[in-house]
Amino acid sequence: MNWDAVLDPLFFTPFVTGLLFAAVLPVLGMYLRLREEWLAALSFAQLAAAGSLVFAVLDWPVLAGGLVTAGTAAAFKSWLAASGNNGYALLMVAGWAVALLTLANVPAADHLGHALFDGQLYFTGAGHLWSIGVYAIVAAVALRALSRSLLLERVFPNTLRANDRPAARVHLAFDVLIATGLALATATIGVMAAFALVFVPSMIAYRWGRSWKRALVIASVTSVASYVAAFEVALVNDQPFGPVLVLALVAAATVSWAGWRLTHR
Amino acid sequence: MNSATPACITFDALSAGYERPVVGPVSFAVGADEVVALWGENGSGKTTLLNTAAGAVRIFGGRLVKRPGLRVSHQQQQALPIAGIPLSGRELFGLTGATPDHLPAPLVPLLDRRLSELSGGQLQLLQVFACLRAPADLVLLDEPTNNVDPGSVTLLVDALRNARGGRAVLFVSHDRRFVDAVADRVIEVGAP
Repeated sequence: MNWDAVLDPLFFTPFVTGLLFAAVLPVLGMYLRLREEWLAALSFAQLAAAGSLVFAVLDWPVLAGGLVTAGTAAAFKSWLAASGNNGYALLMVAGWAVALLTLANVPAADHLGHALFDGQLYFTGAGHLWSIGVYAIVAAVALRALSRSLLLERVFPNTLRANDRPAARVHLAFDVLIATGLALATATIGVMAAFALVFVPSMIAYRWGRSWKRALVIASVTSVASYVAAFEVALVNDQPFGPVLVLALVAAATVSWAGWRLTHR
Repeated sequence: MNSATPACITFDALSAGYERPVVGPVSFAVGADEVVALWGENGSGKTTLLNTAAGAVRIFGGRLVKRPGLRVSHQQQQALPIAGIPLSGRELFGLTGATPDHLPAPLVPLLDRRLSELSGGQLQLLQVFACLRAPADLVLLDEPTNNVDPGSVTLLVDALRNARGGRAVLFVSHDRRFVDAVADRVIEVGAP
C-alpha cells in the first residue's frame, strides 16, 4: 500500500470518503438482498444521477437533485406499497432515459454526466466526507432499529401484522435510507461503483456467512479490502477509480466462487 | 372454554377467506391458558382460520375480537423462507424474542448452525420452539408435527403441555394422536 500517496492531503479526504462508503453500502446491500430488492441499488443510483443532471441544468444544487429524486421515488414506491424488483426496474429505466435525454439535449451537462456515471472520487471534498460521515451514523442507528423488523418480516411474514405493528413505516424508513445512501454514493463514486458495492459483497457474504451478524462483517470486510486495493491500483496507475473498484469486486466474487467450489465438492 | 378464564381471542360468527369465504361462519373463543386444536378434513379451512387470527386473511362476515395488546407468535405451515439467507438458529430465536435457555438437548447443537444446513425436521422443530418460547399471549401453530420424526414429536407434546401459564395455543394438526395428547379442546372445522 502506497501510504504516502493516500496520506497526501490531496487524496486523504477522497480515500476516507470512499472508505466510509465501502463500509456502509455492503450493509445496505445485505438488507436489500434479504428483501430480494437488490435492483433498488441500481435503480436509486440511476435516478440520483438523472436528478443531479436535471438540477445542474436548472442551476440548482447538484447533490440536492440526487437526494430529492431518489427520496421522492422511495416515498412514491412505499405509497404504492410496491415491493420486489419490478418497481425498481421501472424506476431504473426511467432514470436512465431521463439522464441520457438530458445529456443529449444539454451539452453543458456532459462533464457532470461523465462524473456521475464514471465516478469522481478523487475530486471529492470535505462536503462529501461530512455527508457520508453523518449518513453512516444515521444508517447505523436506523438499521439497528429496523433490522429485527426487516428480518422478522422475511422469516415470519405474518408476525408484524399479527401484532398490529405497521410494516409500512418500516418499509418507508428503509426505502428512504437506501435512496439517500445511493444518492450520496452516486455523487461521489458513480452509478456502477455504488451499485457494485451494494451488490457484490453481500453476494459473497450470503454464501459464506454462518449467521447474519457474521455475514454483515464478511460483506463489509470484503468491500473495504477490495476498495483499498482498487484505490491503490487506480492511483498508482492513473486509472479512473470506478471501473477499477468494480473489477476488484468482481475479482473478489470470482475468488469466493472458486473457493466455494473447492471446499464444497 | 372455562368460563372463569378470560378469552384472549374470540371468533364470533366469523366467515373468512381470500377472494371469497372459504370457512365459516364459526364461533369459538380461546381462553388465556388453553391449548385448542382445529380439526377437520383437508380444505376445510383450518389454516385459513389460523391465518385470520394472524390478520392475514380477509374477514367476510362476523367479528374477530382480540384482547387489547395481545401479543401473537405464528408458525406457518410452509417451510421457513430462509433459502440462501445466512441466519443461525440462535438468531431465529432472537427474532421471535424467544429464549434458547433450557431447550431440549437435541435442539441445543442446532442453535449455532446456519439454518439452511438443517434438515426439514430440524428446521421445523426450531421454528416451533422459537414461536412457543416467544413472549406471546397467543401462539398459532400450523401443522407443528410436519416433517418431525416420532421421537421429536414427543418433545413437541411435552413443550405444548408445559406451554400453559397465561399463554394460549391455537393449532392445526392432521395428527389425531398428537391432537388428543395436547389439546384441551378440539374445534371441528367444516367448509361453509
